[in-house]
Amino acid sequence: MTNPSLPAYNFAYLDEQTKRMIRRAILKAIAVPGYQVPFASRDMPMPYGWGTGGVQVTASILGPDDVLKVIDQGADDTTNAVSIRAFFAKVADVATTTRTEDATIIQTRHRIPETPLAHGQIIVYQVPIPEPLRFLEPRETETRVMHALEEYGLVHVKLYEDIAQHGHIATTYAYPVKVEGRYVMDPSPIPKFDNPKMHHSPALQLFGAGREKRIYALPPFTDVVSLDFEDHPFTVQRFDCRCALCDAQDVYMDEVITDDRGGRMFVCSDTDHCETRRSEGCQGAGLPQHCTAKAGWEAAE
Amino acid sequence: MYVAVKGGETAISNAHRLMANRRRGDRNVPALSVEQIVNQLSLGVDRVMAEGSLYDPELAAMAVRQARGDLIEAIFLLRAYRTTLPRFSNARPIDTNRMRIERRVSATFKDIPGGQLLGPTFDYTHRLIDPSMAGDEAVAHPVKRERPTDESCPRVTDLLDSQGLIEADVPSNDEPGDLTREAIAYPVGREIRLQALTRGDEGFLLALGYSTQRGYGRTHPFVGEIRIGMVDVEVEVPEVGFAVCIGAIRVTECQMVSQFKGSGDSPPRFTRGYGLIFGQSERKAMAMSLVDRAMRADEFNEQRLAPAQDEEFVLEHCDNVQATGFVEHLKLPHYVDFQAELDLLRTLRREAAMASADTPMSEAAE
Repeated sequence: MTNPSLPAYNFAYLDEQTKRMIRRAILKAIAVPGYQVPFASRDMPMPYGWGTGGVQVTASILGPDDVLKVIDQGADDTTNAVSIRAFFAKVADVATTTRTEDATIIQTRHRIPETPLAHGQIIVYQVPIPEPLRFLEPRETETRVMHALEEYGLVHVKLYEDIAQHGHIATTYAYPVKVEGRYVMDPSPIPKFDNPKMHHSPALQLFGAGREKRIYALPPFTDVVSLDFEDHPFTVQRFDCRCALCDAQDVYMDEVITDDRGGRMFVCSDTDHCETRRSEGCQGAGLPQHCTAKAGWEAAE
Repeated sequence: MYVAVKGGETAISNAHRLMANRRRGDRNVPALSVEQIVNQLSLGVDRVMAEGSLYDPELAAMAVRQARGDLIEAIFLLRAYRTTLPRFSNARPIDTNRMRIERRVSATFKDIPGGQLLGPTFDYTHRLIDPSMAGDEAVAHPVKRERPTDESCPRVTDLLDSQGLIEADVPSNDEPGDLTREAIAYPVGREIRLQALTRGDEGFLLALGYSTQRGYGRTHPFVGEIRIGMVDVEVEVPEVGFAVCIGAIRVTECQMVSQFKGSGDSPPRFTRGYGLIFGQSERKAMAMSLVDRAMRADEFNEQRLAPAQDEEFVLEHCDNVQATGFVEHLKLPHYVDFQAELDLLRTLRREAAMASADTPMSEAAE
């Protein structure tokens, strides 16, 4: 082959048969909220673990009129988000945006936007390990039986052991949730700060795990309850600082180290939220703060 | 300071530009041609085809060049291309009995019908870096044997089978599963296991095969036969009603004769481990046959205690494209989750400090 014919790709990269297969898995996932549906995940042109599941889900639901937003760590500008957004702009020629409210599909890694999602929007989560029981039981054959029998005692034991050892539940992200009172589900590695946003969200929430070949979903207005105990209720992180750029509070923050003498500042993790506030005239202290980073727990102090 | 995370787009394109520059290297040195790679780095190309699951030496060579010689990266390139290719038909099973043999050795019999043929092997070379290869010295043409007119070359395992000494190869008309087109559910059939192994990482299979030799799932293996050569690929064409040869591929086949078993109704027999790899890759074909046999533990009522016997463990971890992606994803930003951990750690440390505040030696809380 001295002159290989150049490959041509279908709209949104995947062939239509593959999209149909994935859509069937998505429909099943929506019908059984929180249940992990196996699907024949394809090799994708980006590495496993870098969002291949989310990319396949997005590729399967994307239409020419969609407006796509891609975030990683809450930011539109992180390199992998840029790369995935550029991928869809190239293979599907869709409009992209950084504005949460303008997007019809939001693909995300590790965050849910601060701006509440609306009816008609779809959020696609990139999932590394879809099995919430995986680190308690490494075998798929075992965990599938545990889900089938609704045998979730092990998760509670793990949370209890955290409290016994540390005085707190030591799970801070990928915090397990129970869906519609039935399946325990991994919300993907979002900070538990974002867990309450999943509960009764008017948006459709889809989860894609490419390497592990699983899709699961939360239809709009689904009950999503973070696991806890009566005497140790679920709480989220609270940052005592305000965003150095836009002065926001009660949002999730990135800590930015500014020098080697302990100087640091806190800024919104959600870049769109931050930029929108600044365009509306909000302004933060700006300078590095010698803030004591008293992020803590409501119940703890 | 905060702008450090901005400008991802420019950073990516500049990084790619720098990478392309490094890949090309000194412009005074001629660029590698695909033909050079296909011809002179053919075993690397074979590995890329085998683990990329796509038989196309030129494309594999292009991938090797594009990947700067990083074979796992080249495998990844080939896989991502393969996944977009349409399936128009299934080939008929290749017949390695009719292989045009380039190499064939048996460790179980001194002489076998069809003979032993060393072929192009590193075996019995002394691993001394050869100064004469620094340049481009003339290389002698190979000695060729007369190819026997009777092409058939019976497999050693068939010879054992004809005497009932080894478990029979049972033909099946079942449609085999397809690892790349279906989600797999454990336990899986042997055909899925073999698919996973043949595209699995050579190093991983080598280590697992080695572990069975050192007692972690011992199978008492003998190399019944290894053969390397070209086989025809045939496709049934419904319109014409017969099979049409669409090309030939080079494969390496290893038949491992392993631990014998008997049961109440049947006398003891040797068992089989099987390896089949695109291209010339004896090391991997042998490792594959060891691991294949080890994973058949349940069939022979053997206790599954070792990693190589555990199909879920082996299949979930043998794919180097998956493994490299997930290991390397750790370099992606994890600020959000790390922040969550940092907060918890600071809280725990503050509480610990407060709890020990009575003692004069305690560190001040933050």
